[in-house]
Amino acid sequence: MSELEIQAGLGRLERARTPRRQIGVAEALALAFALFLVVAAFVPSFVAPGDPLAIDPLSAFQAPNPGHWFGTDESGRDIFTRVSHGTGGSLAIGTLATALGLGLGILLGTMAGMLGRVVDFTVNRFLEVMFAFPGLLLALLVILVFGPGAQTATVAVGLATAPGYARIIRAQLISVRSSAFVEAATVLGRGPWQILWRHILPNTLAPLFVLGTLGIGQAIVWASALSYLGLGAAPPAAEWGAMLSAGRTYITSAWWMAFFPGLFIVLTAITATSLGRAIERRLRHA
Amino acid sequence: MTDAAAGAHRPDGARSVGPDRAVPRRALRLSVPALVAARLAGAVFVLWAVATITFFAVRLIPGDPAEAILGGPGSQTSPEALAAVRAQYGLDQPVLVQYLAQLGRLATGDFGRSYALRQDVAPLLVGQLGGTLLLATLALVVAWFFALLLATWSTRGDRLARRIGSGLEIVAAALPHFWLATALIVLFSVWLGWLPPISTSGPAGLVLPVLTLAIPLAGFLGQIMRESLLTALESPFVLSARARGEGERGVRWIHALRHASLPAISLSGWAFGSLISGAVVVETIFARPGLGRTMLNAVTVRDVPVVIGVVMIVAAGYILMTVATDLAQWIADPRLRRR
Amino acid sequence: MSQGTHPVGHRSAAPGPLVSMLRVRDLTVGFGQPGENPVVSGLSFDIAPGECLALVGESGSGKSVTARSLIGLAGDTAWLEATELAINGNDVLGLTEGEWRRRRGRDVGLVLQDALVSLDPLRPIGREIADSLRLHTTLDRAARRERVQDVLKRVGLPDGRTRVRQRSGELSGGQRQRALIAAAIALDPPLLLVDEPTTALDVTVQAQILELLESLKARGTAILLISHDLAVVGRIADRIAVMSAGRIVEQGRTARLLAAPRQEQTRRMIAAIPVDKPRGTRLTAPPAEASPVVPVVALAAMPAPGEVVLETIGLVKNFRQPDGTVMSAVDGISFQLARGTTLGLVGESGSGKTTTARLLLALSRPDAGEVRVLGRPFSAASERERRRLRPELGAIYQDALSSFDPRLTVGAVLRDAVRGARRQARPWFAGDGPERPDLQVGRTASGDRARVLELLDQVSLPSALLSRRPLSLSGGQRQRVGIARALASDPQILVCDEPVSALDVTVQAQVLDLLDELQRERGLSLLVISHDLGVIQHVSDRVAVMLAGRIVETGPTEQVFGAPVHPYTRSLLAAVPRLA
Repeated sequence: MSELEIQAGLGRLERARTPRRQIGVAEALALAFALFLVVAAFVPSFVAPGDPLAIDPLSAFQAPNPGHWFGTDESGRDIFTRVSHGTGGSLAIGTLATALGLGLGILLGTMAGMLGRVVDFTVNRFLEVMFAFPGLLLALLVILVFGPGAQTATVAVGLATAPGYARIIRAQLISVRSSAFVEAATVLGRGPWQILWRHILPNTLAPLFVLGTLGIGQAIVWASALSYLGLGAAPPAAEWGAMLSAGRTYITSAWWMAFFPGLFIVLTAITATSLGRAIERRLRHA
Repeated sequence: MTDAAAGAHRPDGARSVGPDRAVPRRALRLSVPALVAARLAGAVFVLWAVATITFFAVRLIPGDPAEAILGGPGSQTSPEALAAVRAQYGLDQPVLVQYLAQLGRLATGDFGRSYALRQDVAPLLVGQLGGTLLLATLALVVAWFFALLLATWSTRGDRLARRIGSGLEIVAAALPHFWLATALIVLFSVWLGWLPPISTSGPAGLVLPVLTLAIPLAGFLGQIMRESLLTALESPFVLSARARGEGERGVRWIHALRHASLPAISLSGWAFGSLISGAVVVETIFARPGLGRTMLNAVTVRDVPVVIGVVMIVAAGYILMTVATDLAQWIADPRLRRR
Repeated sequence: MSQGTHPVGHRSAAPGPLVSMLRVRDLTVGFGQPGENPVVSGLSFDIAPGECLALVGESGSGKSVTARSLIGLAGDTAWLEATELAINGNDVLGLTEGEWRRRRGRDVGLVLQDALVSLDPLRPIGREIADSLRLHTTLDRAARRERVQDVLKRVGLPDGRTRVRQRSGELSGGQRQRALIAAAIALDPPLLLVDEPTTALDVTVQAQILELLESLKARGTAILLISHDLAVVGRIADRIAVMSAGRIVEQGRTARLLAAPRQEQTRRMIAAIPVDKPRGTRLTAPPAEASPVVPVVALAAMPAPGEVVLETIGLVKNFRQPDGTVMSAVDGISFQLARGTTLGLVGESGSGKTTTARLLLALSRPDAGEVRVLGRPFSAASERERRRLRPELGAIYQDALSSFDPRLTVGAVLRDAVRGARRQARPWFAGDGPERPDLQVGRTASGDRARVLELLDQVSLPSALLSRRPLSLSGGQRQRVGIARALASDPQILVCDEPVSALDVTVQAQVLDLLDELQRERGLSLLVISHDLGVIQHVSDRVAVMLAGRIVETGPTEQVFGAPVHPYTRSLLAAVPRLA
């Protein structure tokens, strides 16, 4: 079971209650922030023209001010610049980890949902075992084996989220496969491949967009947690978790060093949640 | 097979959380002894599989385990010392023999000796277990309290409360433990000076770690409870109860809250995992002794026996938690008790 | 909830008795801003003690809102106006929520439809029934327990000691409805509001529930009965008020109203009842003809019964039950459907009707026996071979909505069906199947759209619906789309599984008329499965009565309905609500 599963379930409940079509204020804000993140990820200099690694000891430990919106760190580097330039790295880790987890989840879930009882039983037992490594535990095991680092952290988060995805995809496949409209297609004389292509795949895959969006937010949080614990991306890389970790040393004197990178992580997670739900609502009402 | 049930499959039925759902599929159909036996067999299987996966995963670690035992690569060790260690730990045996020996040791509760701490793992972890359990249990209780409070408050009827509740829950659920802990320390320890920034032995030292773990969990639980509470409040059986003269409080306490807590109970297994992950971070930040911090330190220095020990304990804890979840559901949902 | 007085003067009161348990004058209810969008307007009626007034109308006519307003539960967003609203002589206009609460369950009770969800599935029914005793009396636990036993006996649920511990999920549909009524009458409220109490129940159970309501009436309870089915309320209602679009269009004594309806809506509703209307009688009159029953002499136009097109031979299907025992849902069923005729398969829930339908459509595999279509093996063939015969066998489902892919629009659903039919009609595809040159001629991709429009036209739907999703359609429209889809491959046989069970009586009439027309035009052979004897009697040439997985009686419709042999058939027929 993963956070995603819960949220996916929630979206379903919410849909039943509020068939909204128009873009709400929260959604608009989420969309705007997502746009900002994408721009910052691909052209960080457009958002923050400075050099994220440029040291300026004279202006170290400045609190947020008009010159440095988010303040400066112990070497006088501008935190806003660093956070903006760190977007690419953090988003890349989140996206890749989600892609890996979702890919594995699709593979396992599809095997379980489509290849008959024996495979289903086997995959299910396997997933049950994987759920006995809850949360970060599996990620920590992966890091134990392959050593810390940004790549390992990405793989670790991907692997740790895969069982949750697999379970959702399997459930979705099975419910679509046994649905009345698939039976109706059989009665109309459609062949198994036609049914798979026209009904089962589209109805199974559409929710994956939602899962993927929700998942990126979660993966960024997890990867940042690993960085924070010193097992992921290492300072002075401008990755959010690493920056937050570095800022922790000065928490009593320069709270902004830890606060702003963390704020970006939180905002990204909230944005992913809101967008994921918005997509789900639209998919259902399209 | 009733006629009414025909054609009632809905494509969106993958997860039904509402109170109107049919009896959950995992209805207990076996006799109690058979059920217990099946459960035990399942637990043994999962523990065996976890032990096997960790055993072979650890073998993927590059480098010589004997060197790791003696202080890691780079440390000046004589070939004789290495050979002695290999013999002592059975590393010169074939893989299969090592595997079976490991299973045998784990089965008797012998988790080996820590490479880094030079002491037996089992007593070491038993000593750490209490702190983590206390932390996780308190956090779970506090999270349920917050979630219930928020869910009941935000479903009072007016739309603003509903929006605020929903917003608070999304934000709370998105808060990473490491950032929340930092923020709480800044607020309560640095600025206000009310609470210690690191966990002392007294109850005051527990407040911030417990809050850090509880707030995000409360966000998740609250979302689920609020949604299912609303569904229950709009359901025909609540209308029937109102038509008998039941007031708002009665409707909530007698009918709706029970329905609202069911889906949250079913998530306890997931909540356990979330609390364990959180414990790794929280124990590290607040410098609290516990399984999570031990695990992190062991991973950092590649102290394999300690990692395996923690993994086995957490897996066992997860299994216990799922059993407890089933029991709680069995108690809370009489539909499961039907034969 | 806001209230006020309507400036409209006192209208001529509805014909009512002098003493009234419920007195309603100019009741108007709406949602949103007060005065805007009324869903119910200007209702006036009275109910005397021991009298039953039926409020009858199609879904959306405002019946349920009316009932809920009368117990102060129309909802937070509702507004309400009336010149008079009195229960048992007490004015209830402008009661506060607390005052209402003290009256609910004591002065007025409400019974909702679908007891499965109207009783808390987590609470024993004993607690649910004792609720109003706990809330409104000072009785102690033991006394309440006594009263619950009494009430259970009164609603016909004896052995109450074990019953009180059961929950709604453990009871049968009829028992559940009785328990729900018990919870509403525990304190003997002099006024009972009953909302569709028998919908979704089998006829025999329905008759028992109506009897129970009758006995309450005899004890002096005033009953407001809400239903969409005139035939059902005709049994126990003393007076009937017909609602349409939020207004009462006609009100009168039951016998008078049913015999000599004055309003168009009433006539339409009476005409729509299929019971005792012979095969071929139209249930929906064209607007020009105002006569309630329009006998059609077109019966002769029906093609003479031909060879057998669909046949089952000793079908058996077993299911393993949770406790490990094996239950035969279908236990040796054999019947034949002749070309151009309709066979009606009737039975109560649990009789194996739906399992039979699934076996016929080869959605599940029989454990023994065989289904043959057009004289060829169907259930025994492989799915590949079967696909050649599938176009000859159309299907219509009870829940039309769930049989459509939720992503697809009506247009896409029909286009898929048409395209599939075109592909299947290719000569190489047809193989040794029946030759269908008619389906190949002029059928190209560009012809598909014309064909889709043609299908829509056949089921009398406007082409504007093509871009809509089935979710946004009404129940009747959905069922029409389902029929159009089934017709796409120009089948010779239609299997209809409870085709009208989810529909209001008037919409049901339209769909039944449509099926009848299509059968005449195309010489279709129909297999209609239903729990509704009225529907079966109206549509069938031959009838087969199912009980516990077997056919207990079969024969021509007039024979089975006129001179039933099997006692079960007789008990079923006795329970059918009739107008007479």
